[in-house]
Parts: sequence; structure tokens; C-alpha cells
Amino acid sequence: MSPALIAALPFLGALLPGILIRTGRSNTAFAAGLTSGLALLGLLVHLPEVMRGEVVQAQFEWMPTLGLNANFMIDGLGMLFATLILGIGILIIIYARYYLTKADPAGQFYTYLLLFQGAMVGIVLSDNILLLLVFWELTSLSSFLLIGFWKHLPEGRQGARMALTVTGLGGLSMIAGMLILGHIAGSYDISVILTQKAAIQASPLYLPALILILGGAFTKSAQFPFHFWLPHAMAAPTPVSAYLHSATMVKAGLFLLARLWPVLSGTPEWFYIVATTGLITMLIGAKIAIFKDDLKALLAFSTVSHLGLITFLLGLGTKTAAVAAVFHIINHATFKAALFMSAGIVDHETHTRDLKRLGGLRHLMPVTATIATIAALSMAGIPLFNGFLSKELMLEEAAHTVWAGAAWFVPLIAVIAALFSAAYSFRFIVHGFFGPVRDDYPHKPHDPNFGMWLSPAFLVVLVVLIGLMPMTFAGPVVQMAADAVVGGGLHMHPIKHWHGVTPALIMSGIAVAGGIVLLLGFAPLKRMWEAAPRPEAKAIFDWIVARCACVATWITSGLHNGSMARYLMMFTLASIAVGVWAWSGGTQGPATREMLPITPVALVGWVMLVTATGCVVAFHHNRFLALVLISIVGLIVSICFIYLSAPDLALTQISVEIVTAVLMLLALNFLPKTTKIESSRLKLSFDAVLAIAGGLGIGALIYALMLRDFAFETMSVYHLANSYNLGGGDNVVNVILVDFRGYDTYGEVTVLGIAALVIFALTEALLNGTASKKLIAWRPDMERGGDKHPLMLLVATRVLLPIALLVGVFIFLRGHNLPGGGFIAGLVVAIALVMQYMASGFAWTQARQKVYYHVLIACGVLAAGITGAGAWFNGMPFLTSDFGYFKLPGLEKFELATAAGFDLGVFLGVVGSVLLALGGLSRLARRAAVLDEEKGAHIVAEKPEAREVAAVSSVAYPEGTPLPRRWLKARGEGQ
Amino acid sequence: MEALVASAVGIMTAAGIYLILRLRTFPVVLGMAMLSYAVNIFLFATGRLAVNLPPILGHAGAETAGYTDPIPQALVLTAIVISFGMTAVVVMLSLGAFIEAGNDRIDLGPEENKK
Repeated sequence: MSPALIAALPFLGALLPGILIRTGRSNTAFAAGLTSGLALLGLLVHLPEVMRGEVVQAQFEWMPTLGLNANFMIDGLGMLFATLILGIGILIIIYARYYLTKADPAGQFYTYLLLFQGAMVGIVLSDNILLLLVFWELTSLSSFLLIGFWKHLPEGRQGARMALTVTGLGGLSMIAGMLILGHIAGSYDISVILTQKAAIQASPLYLPALILILGGAFTKSAQFPFHFWLPHAMAAPTPVSAYLHSATMVKAGLFLLARLWPVLSGTPEWFYIVATTGLITMLIGAKIAIFKDDLKALLAFSTVSHLGLITFLLGLGTKTAAVAAVFHIINHATFKAALFMSAGIVDHETHTRDLKRLGGLRHLMPVTATIATIAALSMAGIPLFNGFLSKELMLEEAAHTVWAGAAWFVPLIAVIAALFSAAYSFRFIVHGFFGPVRDDYPHKPHDPNFGMWLSPAFLVVLVVLIGLMPMTFAGPVVQMAADAVVGGGLHMHPIKHWHGVTPALIMSGIAVAGGIVLLLGFAPLKRMWEAAPRPEAKAIFDWIVARCACVATWITSGLHNGSMARYLMMFTLASIAVGVWAWSGGTQGPATREMLPITPVALVGWVMLVTATGCVVAFHHNRFLALVLISIVGLIVSICFIYLSAPDLALTQISVEIVTAVLMLLALNFLPKTTKIESSRLKLSFDAVLAIAGGLGIGALIYALMLRDFAFETMSVYHLANSYNLGGGDNVVNVILVDFRGYDTYGEVTVLGIAALVIFALTEALLNGTASKKLIAWRPDMERGGDKHPLMLLVATRVLLPIALLVGVFIFLRGHNLPGGGFIAGLVVAIALVMQYMASGFAWTQARQKVYYHVLIACGVLAAGITGAGAWFNGMPFLTSDFGYFKLPGLEKFELATAAGFDLGVFLGVVGSVLLALGGLSRLARRAAVLDEEKGAHIVAEKPEAREVAAVSSVAYPEGTPLPRRWLKARGEGQ
Repeated sequence: MEALVASAVGIMTAAGIYLILRLRTFPVVLGMAMLSYAVNIFLFATGRLAVNLPPILGHAGAETAGYTDPIPQALVLTAIVISFGMTAVVVMLSLGAFIEAGNDRIDLGPEENKK
């Protein structure tokens, strides 16, 4: 199976629980387990090749220009981790099926778990550090969901937030470090980076990169001083804790250290930072663990301690230490997952995890007690179990390590840490399971059913088997993974129990004996511990977060005070400042173009434009007047376009002018008709100065631009030369829109449609919300015109409708070769229809409108999309157009282009959007208006057949419709 | 000619800026419309000005003098249509805010800002 598929399977499987949860939790768990199992199977198929030292790869180009490729690989290290992640994942899935109660949303749980699993597998199989970073962040996010799974518990939410904050910040630091690393190595592919040891370690950027990457690894693996998040993450359900803290999440940091070991390790910086941090973490974690009464807290701090142990080994930078690290990763995963699951069983059965309330459980829960005891003895480092073997290797390494010239320092710390480790392991066993049976458990305990102890039992069997026959059950795997860590050529010494009386054995003996002594004197020590002051990490963390929130609130409320006028002023000011800065910093070449002559017509236009603009500003308090004046500006702009060789723009501008005017009038129906003067004279002068400065800047910029030639040959040359050959059209602007830059246009039509839908949604919200009552109670603040449906307008618009539609069709059809096209035709047709609404009223027109405008928008976007996709069948990229010339008998030769289909989509989209937008405003007006406006909209035609009075029923024409006098006479109603 | 266009763009920009700095929705909408005109002509003018040279191939008399730059025209054409959509959304928002709140100020009062 391809490595990419192995990483993708859990993500795909994450969709299943959502579908299956209705059929029951067992089916959901089965599907989740099956997905993990398939992925594991696909992985293990590659085991023989990877054992031989080969690397399985799968590569996809994603964004090659950025160096981000979806490259996956399975090497020895990835194989080991992926097996742990998927294998323990299956055990957790089985365990969780029985652990979660009916009230827990199990479907969500399995979805989150599989997402997390996929992200972890992605990390360990990535062959690209950018891809690895993506998965790294995904683990932070999905673990957030898992840790906060019990949303009703404040501890769960706080723990999840803390984990996300710490690991997320670490992730950011790591992104920076990884980018530096990739920059030094010249590639983001891990397999390439791993060959660049000399270049990386010689680079002056080595130390910053190292520190930043370690920031990510240490936060994830809960190394001192970032260890505090891990115990708080214990608020999660126990299956989550068992999974995250034994095999996956916290091992990701270690994985990264191991992955980059060949290029980063071996320097004094690496040794002093990594090994020292590991050593301190090992000691502190173990010390705190002894005094924790909560089973899971004890295990959490022991995890911190063991992670420190592995970090220490990796930090030593020797090959034998790397072997020990890999071996301990396996051992820790087995016994720690089993211990967490045992603690979960105890919690599940007795309803408490407090060691002070437990004891004597071996009589009541013999199976659980056996499992927990074996696993804890392994953790303590007792011979015959696997924990002993790797701890021996660690002590052996420690015994030979000289730290800053002091040969005694590292062995001493290591022994003390091992002693503490033995102490808390013994305490876990003795205080939890030994001693007399009590009669005050919160719940009467007994062994759980088979499904719940199956998973920990399986792991404990591994603990014993590896402990008894290390070279049979773990040797080849350790050899495979350690070989990948050190970069090949590893010769591993056999792992065995008896090496003779070595320093390590003596240290082990001291640790175990000391552990027993410590447990015997536990009560007084605990009292001393309780009395001693110690920093509370959560309080410090909360304090820092609260201070950050304070600063953020201060900045936000300082900048963002709700005054939009102020934001706009700041924005203008900043734009002008940037303009001035750019102006003062640059130089200007000489003018290279002659000015075009100023014609009298142009001068007249300019005078009108400037006058109208000035009047808009001067009279903007009278809103209707301002609207009329700004329409003059729009008209002159259109004329300006046509004068300056842009007929398409002129047509578009003038049609948009009309619909905009209608839109504004509809809005003014409700809005106040005047604007009061509210600003002080000073503020008005300041705004005027700002406006003049902005205007001067823009004017000067475009003036300077227009008097100079293009610095480079523009793309237009290509478009002009190929418009006919490639696009089949003479109107270059239209060909650019529907062909050369069709993708842009496609996006723009979609955006326009979205804008119309937004307006529709806003209208709906207003009509159905509290505003509806206000609308119904609305009374117009201006006198209404006498005749709502003037007869002349009514007749004229209806006569004009077919003509206007024909004009629209004409403009559409000629658009490819002459000014016109979908945009303009759409606007023209929209105006034709808007005229009907204006003359005959909304209700009358809407009743005759058979197609919803939403449908038009959808059809438009679809038509454009389908035309674009049609190019695929021709073996061309999206939106490649084709055209040909056809001859039909009796007609001239004519051209058919696929671009016409695209333009049709544009046309429909524009018609639908404009009418939906204006229709929304009209519906508001209708809600506010007095009802029964419709009657005036009917014209009763005096056709010969209409003279039959009997045919006129009150159904056909609403009450009050002005009917011809003759009819009324015939009915006897007229005068 | 260039001087006329440049000064018109400048004046319209100034008017637009002045209007968007007002305190009520309607003048701000007018100001944005004004800025749209200015920006559209600005973009159009980056293709340099030309009289009687529309980018329609085979246009009479164009063989000798060439054509004006079509790309800014294509960009501005869609910009005009999109700016209509934007204006419509803004108008709708301001209308909804006016109906709901009973005034057409664009600023939140200190009380409203705290909410």
C-alpha cells in the first residue's frame, strides 16, 4: 500500500462514524478499528523491505515552487512509529468501546480519534518538512478536540486550551526553525536534508534553527519548562490519555528529535541543550509523580519523566544511546498504555482515582491488579520486564557521560531519577492494589468485562515477552529503527539481562532499594511535600494568558472604538502618508508622451463634470438633489469613455448608472431625505484638507503616468494580435473577458451572484425579524405622487419591453465582434424588466415572472462553468474556448464560438443578480406600503372580443380596477 | 486632454474622500460611488489615452494608428459591474441598520460599542 494512502486512510475513515453512529456504537467502533487495521496491514506489508534497510516512497507535487511536495516515505523509524500509532490505536478503539458510557457521543469520539491518528501517521511518514508541519499542526488541533472531549467539564476545556496554546506556540517556533533548516539545506525534503549534515552544522544559522525546532519538539513532548500542560490534559477521557501520552502526541516531539538526529546531533549545543533538558525533566517529573494522589496525575508526571529519559538519551548523540532511546520508546509505549488503561478501569469500576481512597483492589479485581502490577514493575525497572532492560541501557550511558568536566553529575541525577521512578511505581501498586480491602469505595468494584481488559492484557503480554526474550521480540525492530535514526551502518550490541556487575547494575540496585525505602517513609515525606511552597504552573500560565488578553483588549478597544468615520479617516491618512513616502523616495523619469489636444467638446464635458462634482459635495445635505447630481457625473463619465475609444465601457457605465439610480431611489424611500450638519467647522476643514491632499496625490499620479510610455511591452500586444486567431472575435475587450481572462470573469459573475444572494438574505432577515413590525407601521415622510401607475408610462413600458429585449439579444449576439456582450446585454435586459416593475408595480410584475432570479443566477454560473469544463473533453485546460465558421443555406457564413456559451452564463448571472438585488429593496417597500396597489396596473384592452361584457368577471380584474365606461354602463353600474 | 482627465480624477477623488468622512450612511454611499468613478477612470487611464482607436479589430482607419490598450478596459468593465453589486450590498446593509436602529449614523455610540 502506498505510504500516502496509509496516511490518508484514517482521515477517510473519520467520515464513517458520522454515518454509522445511528446503527450503534459497536458498529462505529468496528468501522474505526477496521480502518486502522487496514492501514496497519498496508504498512506491515512493507515490513520485509524496510527491515532490509530500503525506503518506500510516494511522491506527489503539490506546490513545487514553494518546495511543498506531498512526499511520503517509510523508513525504519517511520515504520516503528506508524506501527505503534496504528497498533495501539486499534487497542484504544476496542477499549473505548467499553469505556465510554451511553451518554458520551461515541461517534464524535471516533471521528476525532481517527483524525488524530491520521495526523500522527502523517507526521511519521512525511518526507517533506513542510508537509510534516501541516500534520504537526493537525495533531495540535485534533488533540484539542480529544482533550476537551468532555465539554461539560471546565477542567477538560481548560486543559484542552492549555495544550493547544503550548503546543501551538511550539508549532509556530518549529515552523520558523524548519524554514531555516530547509533554507540551509536547499531543499524541504527530509531525505535530502538528512544528507546535508556538514553544511547545516557549519551554518551560522544552525543554532537559531536548532533552538526554534527544539521549541516545537520540547513543547510537544512536555519537556521542562513546558511540561505543565500534560498533567492538565489528563482531564480527557482515559482512552485519550492512554493514546496521547503513551504512543502518539507526546512522542511526536521525540520522533522529530530522532528524525533530525543525523543532521542536528553531535554538537556541544545539541548535547548541552537536549541532554540537560531531558535530565532535568526526568528528575522533576519523577519527583512530582511520587506525591500525586490521582492515579492519572501520577502516570502523567511519570510520562513526563520517561519522555525526559528518552530526550536525554537522544541528546547524548552517541549511537548506543540512540539504540537505548528507540528501545525505551517501544517499552514505554507498551507499559504506559497498559497502565493508563488499568487506571481507567479502576476509575470506571470504583468511581475514584484517588490513591487515598483505594487499596486492596487485588482481591476484588484480580485481573486488573495483575495487569497493572506487571506494567508498573516494568516501569520501575525490575528485572525480567522490558522496562528494566532499557533503563539499564540508559544508566549505562549515564555512567559514562561527562557533563562540563564533572563525571559525577549525570550518573547522580540519573540514579536519583531512577530511584524516584521506582518509588512512584511501587506506590502505584501498593497504595492502589495491596493492603486490606476497604468498605468505603464510592462504588463496589469488580473486574470489568473481557473487552475492557483485553487491550491492556495484550500490551502486558508484550511487556513480559520483550522482557524475557528481548532479541527475539524487539531486537530486529530496534535494529531497524535505530539504524534509520543514526543514518545507517549501525552495529547493535545484543540486548540482554546479565552483563556482569556493571556500574549500571549497581545504580539499578540503588534505585530499586531506594525506591522501597522511600515508600516506607512515605507518610512523613508527603507531609513535608505538602508543607513546602512550590510554584503552581497553572496559576502562572493563567496569569500570563490573562495579561496577554488584557493587552489585546487594550489594543483592540484603543484602535477599534466603533467609529467608522475614524477608521476611514485613518485609512485615508495612512494611504496619503504611504503615497508621500513613496513619492519622496523615488525619482521620476522625463515625460515621453505628447499631450492630446484639448477639444472644445472635451472642455465642456470637463466643466460639467467638475461642476456636478462640486455641487454633489456642496449640496449633499439634500439627498435627492445629490442623487440627481451624481447621476450627471456618471453620464459624463460614460461620455468620456466613448470619447476615449472605450465603447464597451461607455455602454456598461450608462446601464449601471440607471440601475444604480433606481437602487438609490428605492433606498431613499426609507432613509431620511436630508443630512444634518453634525461636524464642527474644524472637523469639516480637516476633512477638506485630507480630501484635497488625497485628490492632488491621485491626480498627480495619473497625470505623471499618462505622460510616460509603458516601461515594458504590455500583454495587450499579444491580445490584440491573437484576439481573432485564438479567440475568434474582433472585439478584443470582449474576447479578453470571455476567453483570455475567462477565469477572472467567471469569478466576478460568481461574486456578483453572491452579492445578490447576500441582499436576498438580508431582506429575508428584515422581513421576518423584528424590523417587519416597524416596516408595517411605516408612514412615508414625503407626500406621494397622485397616480401610482401613470397610464402613459404603463403603455410605454409594455410597448418597449419586446423592443428592449430584442436590443438585449442584439447586443449579446454582436458582442464578440462589436461593442456589447454578456455584461451589457444583461444590464439592458435587467433595465427592461425593472421598467415593468416601476410602471406596473412589484406585485403585478412578480405575478407574471415565471422564473426565480436565484435560478437565473445559478443557471448563469452553471452555464459558464459547464462551458469552461467542456474544454476538458477536448483535452484542453478549463475555459479554453473553441470556435468555427458555419454556413447554412440562405444565410451568410456565421461564426459559432464556445465563448458564447460562457457569455450566456455571464448574461444570465447579471440579469439575475441585478433583479434579485433591486427586488429585495422593493419587497421591503411593499411591506411598508399600503396594500392593494395592484389594481392600477391593469390595462383593459378594448379588443373586439373584450366587448363581450359577460366575459369580464370580477375574478379577472380585482375590485376597483378602472374598467371602460361602456362595460360599466352595460352592467348598470355607470352613471 | 491628459490634464483634463487627471484633474477630473483628482477632483472626484477629493469629493469621494470628503463624502466618505461624513457621519451618515447616504453621503458615505455617495462618496464610495464617487471614488468608484475616480478609480475606474484611473485604471482606464493607465492604458494611456487615445481618441478614435477603439480595440475593435478591422475598425475603419485603425490600420495605420493601431488600437488603444484593451486590458484596462476589460478590467474596468468588470469593475463597474462589481461596484454596482458592492453598492447594492452596502445600501441594503445601511437600510437594514436604519430600519432596525432608527438612525442612519455610521458610528456606534460609546454605549453600543461596549456591547
